[in-house]
Amino acid sequence: MSTAIKETNKDKVFKVFIFLFLTTALLIVLYPLIYIISASISNPAAVNSGEMWLLPKDITFEGYQMIFQNDAIWRGYLNTIFYTAFGTLINLAVTIPAAYALSRKDFFGRNFFTGMFVLTMFFSGGLIPTYLVVKSLGLIDTVWAMVLPNAAAVWNIVIARVFFQSSIPKGLEEAAIIDGASNFKMFMKIILPLSAPIIAVMALFYGVGHWNGYFNALIYLSDKDMYPLQLVLREILVLQEMASQNSNMSGSMAEALHSKQQLAAIIKYGVMIVSTLPVIIVYPFLQRFFVKGVMIGSLKG
Amino acid sequence: MNTSTATSREPEIESTHTNKKNKKIVRSPKKLPKKKTNKKILQNWQLYIFILPAFLYFLIFHYIPMYGVQIAFKNFVPTLGIWGSEWVGLEHFTRFFESYYFWDLIKNTLGISVYELAVGFPLPIILALALNEAKDGLYKRTVQTVTYAPHFISVVVMAGMIIAFLSPATGIINHAIQLVGFEPIAFMSDPDWFKTVYVMSGVWQSTGWGTIIYLAALAGVDPQHHEAAIVDGASRFQRIWHINIPAIVPTMVILLIMNVGNIMAMGFEKILLLQNPLNLESSNVIATFVYQAGLLDAQYSFAAAVGLFNAVINAILLITVNQIAKKTSETSLW
Repeated sequence: MSTAIKETNKDKVFKVFIFLFLTTALLIVLYPLIYIISASISNPAAVNSGEMWLLPKDITFEGYQMIFQNDAIWRGYLNTIFYTAFGTLINLAVTIPAAYALSRKDFFGRNFFTGMFVLTMFFSGGLIPTYLVVKSLGLIDTVWAMVLPNAAAVWNIVIARVFFQSSIPKGLEEAAIIDGASNFKMFMKIILPLSAPIIAVMALFYGVGHWNGYFNALIYLSDKDMYPLQLVLREILVLQEMASQNSNMSGSMAEALHSKQQLAAIIKYGVMIVSTLPVIIVYPFLQRFFVKGVMIGSLKG
Repeated sequence: MNTSTATSREPEIESTHTNKKNKKIVRSPKKLPKKKTNKKILQNWQLYIFILPAFLYFLIFHYIPMYGVQIAFKNFVPTLGIWGSEWVGLEHFTRFFESYYFWDLIKNTLGISVYELAVGFPLPIILALALNEAKDGLYKRTVQTVTYAPHFISVVVMAGMIIAFLSPATGIINHAIQLVGFEPIAFMSDPDWFKTVYVMSGVWQSTGWGTIIYLAALAGVDPQHHEAAIVDGASRFQRIWHINIPAIVPTMVILLIMNVGNIMAMGFEKILLLQNPLNLESSNVIATFVYQAGLLDAQYSFAAAVGLFNAVINAILLITVNQIAKKTSETSLW
């Protein structure tokens, strides 16, 4: 920024300090990620003993083989793909038209609807009353429990509304109205084709939410065949681990458990990778969309 | 899009409210004839179909539960329904207030939230200010891409990572601790460690992502301010202190208000995963207690009462902080 004026020594020191700070932050975030990748393809004994601390040791793909042979993980994966696709579709079908309607200044009642939606960000009935509604609608243990209670998010509607207000030229709408196009026709023919960026951002936000969510499944599903991946992971990563750590007070049983635990350890890291893979693959390409979404949301419409 | 960031940083909520007020002021003296309004509604009837799914969603999954919150004052019996169950007044609330775990729950809930706020709130600001000083280029992009990434890790995987890394026998962190010559620490079964584990893992996961909103505000700073300051001989640090920080204060205030408004509800899903019988003493918060009492033990009314208590405290905190912010910094949610 200031190439014209010579930097003072103080500023140079400050710059070095900033560089060190950023590098520290980078390494702190990066290390666990690399560790997981390395651990997932290393000999479990080396991982558990702490011998493997950065790069893979005695590379083996046994863990991944076991993961791919595991029915529960496969089923969870397929369930999650389905919930994510179906759920995101519903999210878009609810969010995009609503946001468009709210973006129209000539839409009588937009303040009422906006107020009604925004209020739920700060006040809610809470966990139990919501659960009772879902239950009384007969949604427990159905696919609908995975998609309807989160059919829309206020924040995303707001973001999409800001997009429509700021990115669709008003002249286009007016011209369409003069030509006698109905709102419906105009939305399908003019607005939607111009909305690819916001649809992408919304699909990403909602999609990641579905992919990563576990709590709705935990409270609304009891049928194990319907479990999404995250609940299967919860059993592998959290419940089993907690049980083994808390009971692992060394004894004769421990010997017998030992080999089983070694196997469990190798699966653990692999499963983290496998479950996060779709998001990791998508993320670098779509990072700017995510960032854009957050920024639109932070700006005043 | 970025030009207005520095001065008008309030999120949408505020603008909708002011819109409402402005509209009223504009509309009331004119008194639009009813016919015109009717025509407007008729002309745009299809827009109501556009908004219908969202309207129904919020009605069913948000407003009906608000109505259902009355079971906190009743003895809810599923067969009698919400309306048919008998009123018991504040019985559930007194039971909760007088229970032996009441103060523990409050202490844990506030303890975790305040701890998280104290550590987790300033860090994204510092990182954003530092990133803003770095020249655009590969290095800056790398730091951003890497530090944003953990945001996309699911809470279950996060909990799995925490448990695996902190394991006393096999975890890498305990190996490092032993390497330096200390005894391994049983992080997950020691109540004293729970809050730190929770907060620090949260810092690892969300600090990078939290910078985005501040970077957007910093991008809106007029470069002329910096040029003028350089001419005046201001150092880098002075420019950050006197130009950049004031530019992001409104963002900070808004985020602070929203965080405080969430103080009783933070990170419940992660806490639930990290909880175990050994650390329950410090990991049991109001939200996990509601889950336990309501959904696992099926004490619907009692749990709803506890949840309502939590929500009311939250609302009071939100309104108070908003009021304070309004008085002191002229930035507020409404």
